[in-house]
Amino acid sequence: MTVNSNITPPLEIHDMTVAYHRKPVLWDIDLTVPEGTLTGIVGPNGAGKSTLIKAVLGLLPISSGWVKFYGKPYSKMRYRVGYVPQRESVDWNFPVTAYDVVLMGRYGRLGWLKRPTATDKKAAENALARVGMTKYANRQISNLSGGQQQRVFLARALVQDAQIYFMDEPFVGVDAATEKAIIQLLEEMRKEGRTVLVVHHDLGTIQEYFDRLILLNMRVVASGNTDDIFTPDLLRKTYGGRLTLLDSLAHQMATKGGNR
Amino acid sequence: MNTFLEQSARLLSFSDANVRYVFSGMMMLGLACGVLGSFTLLRKRALIGDALAHAALPGIALAYLLTNSKSITVLLIGAYIAGVLGILTILLIRNFSRIKEDSALAIVLTVFFGIGIVLLTYIQKSGRASQSGLDKFLFGQSASLIANEVIVIGIVTAILLLASLLLYKEFKLLCFDSNYASAIGFPAVLLDILLMGLTVGAVVIGLQAVGVVLMAALLIIPAATARMWSQRLGMMIIIAGFIGAASGAVGSYLSFLAPRMPSGPLIVVAGASLFAVSLLISPENGLIRRFLRRRIQVKNTVVTNCLRAIAELAEVTGCDLNTAFSLTDIGRIRKWTLSETARYLKLLKTKKLLNFSDDVSILLTESGCEEAKASLRRHRLWELYLMYQADIAPDHVDRDAEEAEHFFTPELEHQLLELAGSDEIKSPHEIEFKGGS
Repeated sequence: MTVNSNITPPLEIHDMTVAYHRKPVLWDIDLTVPEGTLTGIVGPNGAGKSTLIKAVLGLLPISSGWVKFYGKPYSKMRYRVGYVPQRESVDWNFPVTAYDVVLMGRYGRLGWLKRPTATDKKAAENALARVGMTKYANRQISNLSGGQQQRVFLARALVQDAQIYFMDEPFVGVDAATEKAIIQLLEEMRKEGRTVLVVHHDLGTIQEYFDRLILLNMRVVASGNTDDIFTPDLLRKTYGGRLTLLDSLAHQMATKGGNR
Repeated sequence: MNTFLEQSARLLSFSDANVRYVFSGMMMLGLACGVLGSFTLLRKRALIGDALAHAALPGIALAYLLTNSKSITVLLIGAYIAGVLGILTILLIRNFSRIKEDSALAIVLTVFFGIGIVLLTYIQKSGRASQSGLDKFLFGQSASLIANEVIVIGIVTAILLLASLLLYKEFKLLCFDSNYASAIGFPAVLLDILLMGLTVGAVVIGLQAVGVVLMAALLIIPAATARMWSQRLGMMIIIAGFIGAASGAVGSYLSFLAPRMPSGPLIVVAGASLFAVSLLISPENGLIRRFLRRRIQVKNTVVTNCLRAIAELAEVTGCDLNTAFSLTDIGRIRKWTLSETARYLKLLKTKKLLNFSDDVSILLTESGCEEAKASLRRHRLWELYLMYQADIAPDHVDRDAEEAEHFFTPELEHQLLELAGSDEIKSPHEIEFKGGS
């Protein structure tokens, strides 16, 4: 969006270490994410993908280093950052409707004690429409399918109208139609100049979905353009000993021949 | 008996100032607890109220020992401080040791309560003139509330309700998704402390009337009951407040009638009755509703099953659907006994799907024919789907289809039809039918 994106990248992480009970789970993370890119965060289970997002958003304390959004700490830039947590992280039996959940995305802008206004309500309705959920706006959220719940979470992030988004495994447990809808949405967001980082599991779709990658396994194994770093060597390094998986993937990549 | 009636009449006329105080006090208390209990229940911290109430006991005893006064304000301040200390201890244990929150809660609850009992016993043994009456904090004595105390309850209730109203949005977010709350600028820790602080307030004003032992019930039961009646947080909170107020009123009414009964247990009994009734009749998941739903489902299953049996019979025998079929043959298709077959078919008759042409054979009505065709088609479609899309062996699909087809939606049927490509579908497995007419 802005011309000076080279000077102040949307996200810059410098030498960040994150520890649980003094046991480091992420080591010396150095990352710079350029504006208007769609980045996949990839790595095996326990690699610290969610931890990375949570630490960056201040949900977990960091033991060293710093994180900057457009050159400033997160607490000053909250309103420019959107977040889609893992779907399983909340209790979907909670007594609220899809619309209520989406409206929560406006709370940050509203601030303490203020009620949602007509503008906020309109924004929530628009976001629901954008993810194709208008019909389900007044459903209690436990009566939605997994894919629909994920769409509600996305709509909640959309109403934040942020510049940079973090999505934690949005493709897990969703139907094919929702997966398609999400990826279309991600494309739209990138065209609008927003920056999106997505934790992703399915190695088969990475080349198709993301133009940049962060390969993570307790440390940044590599980060850069997908075409450059989505290589069997680097993946093997990321996934450690799981060679069978990687070999089958390498085979897949060889047969598909990188037809992006 | 006469005195009982007189007593009831006196109470219900509210002519007695004391009765008015107690009723209004108890209803306000129930209201405040219902509202705050809704939040703590949804935050999955229902037991925190229990821990706080127990933790407040040593505060009451110490306040009395230090000031030698039984003024409600002094005792409640003592209770509040002890309650807050209880919260802090729980948080400290949770954050600075490997002990989980539930254990921390149990530790604080029992240790604080134990200290409280020791102090109370000491006070009782010490022979102070004014010692009697502190034990009412154990099980509650609403009838002994006086005007001053009710005013305190009223003020605290007003503060709690106002705070809940102002922080409604924040608490809703906290209870649903605390991480997201923190991420967008509402630190969950701060909100938790606020919510617990308010909960201590509700607990403290309830101690005298309900007692530390059962105080948690007033926080949990109305909220849990209300949850069964509403799928919206706002409505749930209103219902919980209403149920809390009703339990308070009924409990204190009963404790007037039986003056030597502690009011805490009576309030719990009143609330629990509402809970039990809701468990039976609540609209979404009430036991009665579920039972009825289940019965309808079973009936529908029988109906489609019979229709399909007749359609399959027509197919294997090469007869037209609107010819007469004998009960024996229909039974043979499904391996039903004659009496079973007759019982099932009678159900179809009540739905006007068929008529008995005589005692041993039936004739489908026009709608019966159509339904039979449709149910056979649905069954075949599902079987095909399982075989070709889910790779399930042909001899396995029959039973799976039997279970699934009852949940068919028109959309799904349409999709499957497209997959099958034609309306006329043969059975993928052989239909067993031996003998026959």
